[in-house]
Amino acid sequence: MTAPVLEVKDLRVHFFLDEGVVRAVDGVSFDVGPGQVVGIVGESGCGKSVTVRAILQIVEPPGRIVGGRILFTKDGAAAADLTALDAKGPVMRAIRGAEIALIPQEPMAAFSPVHTVGAQVIEALRLHQRQWRPEGAPLSRREARALTIELFRSVGISMPAERIDAYSWQLSGGLRQRAMIAMALSCKPRLLIADEPTTAIDVTTQAQVLNLLRDLQRRDGTAIVFITHDLGVIAQMAHHVVVMYLGRVMEQGAVADIFDAPKHPYTRALLKSIPSVRAAPRTLLPTIAGSIPHPLGRPRGCPFHPRCPDAIPGICANRVPALRPVGPGQHASCFLYHRDEADEP
Amino acid sequence: MSAPALLDVRHLRKTFPIRRGFRRTLLGEVRAVDDVSFTIAEGETLGLVGESGCGKTTTSRCILRAMTPTSGEILFRAADGRVVDLAPLSRAELRPLRPQIQMVFQDPFGSLNPRMTIFDNVGEPLWVNGLTNRRARLDRVASLLELTGLRPELMHRFPHAFSGGQRQRIGIARALATEPRLVVADEPVSALDVSVQAQVLNLLLELRNRLHLTFLFVAHDLAVVKHVSDRVAVMYVGQLVELATTEAIFGSPRHPYTAALMRSVPVPDPHAASGDVALAGEVANPAAPPSGCYFHPRCPFTIDACRREPPALREVAPGHMVRCHRAEELTLKGVG
Repeated sequence: MTAPVLEVKDLRVHFFLDEGVVRAVDGVSFDVGPGQVVGIVGESGCGKSVTVRAILQIVEPPGRIVGGRILFTKDGAAAADLTALDAKGPVMRAIRGAEIALIPQEPMAAFSPVHTVGAQVIEALRLHQRQWRPEGAPLSRREARALTIELFRSVGISMPAERIDAYSWQLSGGLRQRAMIAMALSCKPRLLIADEPTTAIDVTTQAQVLNLLRDLQRRDGTAIVFITHDLGVIAQMAHHVVVMYLGRVMEQGAVADIFDAPKHPYTRALLKSIPSVRAAPRTLLPTIAGSIPHPLGRPRGCPFHPRCPDAIPGICANRVPALRPVGPGQHASCFLYHRDEADEP
Repeated sequence: MSAPALLDVRHLRKTFPIRRGFRRTLLGEVRAVDDVSFTIAEGETLGLVGESGCGKTTTSRCILRAMTPTSGEILFRAADGRVVDLAPLSRAELRPLRPQIQMVFQDPFGSLNPRMTIFDNVGEPLWVNGLTNRRARLDRVASLLELTGLRPELMHRFPHAFSGGQRQRIGIARALATEPRLVVADEPVSALDVSVQAQVLNLLLELRNRLHLTFLFVAHDLAVVKHVSDRVAVMYVGQLVELATTEAIFGSPRHPYTAALMRSVPVPDPHAASGDVALAGEVANPAAPPSGCYFHPRCPFTIDACRREPPALREVAPGHMVRCHRAEELTLKGVG
């Protein structure tokens, strides 16, 4: 495999609150290869959004990256550690939006309501114009506008020449998300981060947006980090899956392995507990006992052990399992597969 | 349905005026609920599904009489056997009927009073309805919490001490406090995490079987609806487009919208075929719906008649109602 676009190594992001320290992301590692779609799946509080905010260096105080490295490789250049960069410095600002773009969860909140959607895309284009024109004259407003109309057309917005002058609140949810995708793709990013891009929209529109993202990804070969809590969306979109729980990676591997042969008890339980349109009606679902702990009341040892049906007494409650191989390309952090690890000093 | 209907909604309509300017000139109206009729038998769970803006929540609010319907009848069989039309009743007239129809809300964080303990939250409907003896109320709340899978000794704590799933259980306990004959649950699990959602769904199923409860279950998630409903009603732009048993709706849908809705749900199986966009376009504007069938601009099977004439809701098989001109000729794929 060629060098990954993004390598996250042992990332730790903690939030320093008056009540205590919330370890939102606590030792997360994964790679994103060129043209690969990596899906991060997990429930609320698992740290998936904080992880991508850390990649973009937009973690808000009192949150802080306290450890780990985020290596981002530009075309032909050596990998740069994003955590070492000044979050507000020129290098990071040139990367953010241009090299790594974000599709946020709520397009309504992400667009300014007092500027037209076109103006906001044009602004991004002109700000990062070197992506389009490495040398020569700067991108004029007229050129940027023509490019934006073209972008709108490519993401399936009908009547792009009129819609460019619309305000975000004049567009429907699906169109707004398409405009957001156009904006994210405007600077031809090497890495696209999609943070629950379809959670706020209806199923029929969701199917359209997912299809659009899949087509664009195939066309441009953009690497995507796709965050969602919906395992159905993950199965349809991702090549590689990272399952997170309480700030840690429980399991990761190829999408087929994760869904066909999940190893970690959490992944297995999660997959069984989702209601499916294909299931028999009015049957009880297998459940996961208990609920997600409060962020300040994280259990000791493996974060999942109080809810785990297979927890090993005396081990899982005391020691934190490391992410280790459980199959070709598949990793899990669970003592069930690495009993010997538990006995190490 | 052989069992007598507990609730019989007939030609329910709710419109909202669109006004503008200083004089509040009437510009038009949004037909949020447009001639909706259905029945719910005693002990039955009816699932009401549709996308945002289809009128499912407005329908449920009219039944609860949190809103006054513009027209139509809501016939409810009260505990004393009388059949009352809820639609025209005044606040005072509704009062004695309120305990019989209760609601479970979507947001477990917004629906419990944060300044009241769980005992006060769950016990308030009891107190309002005449159970003023504190000891009796304590016993009743304890048994309600036990029923919904919570530890009764936690009843003197405040809502903030509970997780989303636990709060939703508290909300269910409160709804059951007055022994309602009909429970309206509006998206009761959509705000919950996957691992907790299954617990609450199971609880609703168990309660239904144990207490013989009648539910109107409003949700946008087809999979969730399938897990709890006996029959399913599908709404689109204020109208019912299909109504049938859960097995029939999922096994052999007759309306193209129902079939498309089902195919749009991403299946948690990476080997499942993907890539067919089930539906193009956007949901129609309920203030200016298209001519003829409201679904025709998005429908892959549109013929001339669909553009001209609005189809009526008709019975194509016993108990299977469809609003489509071509219901008989089309063979649509369900999900089994």
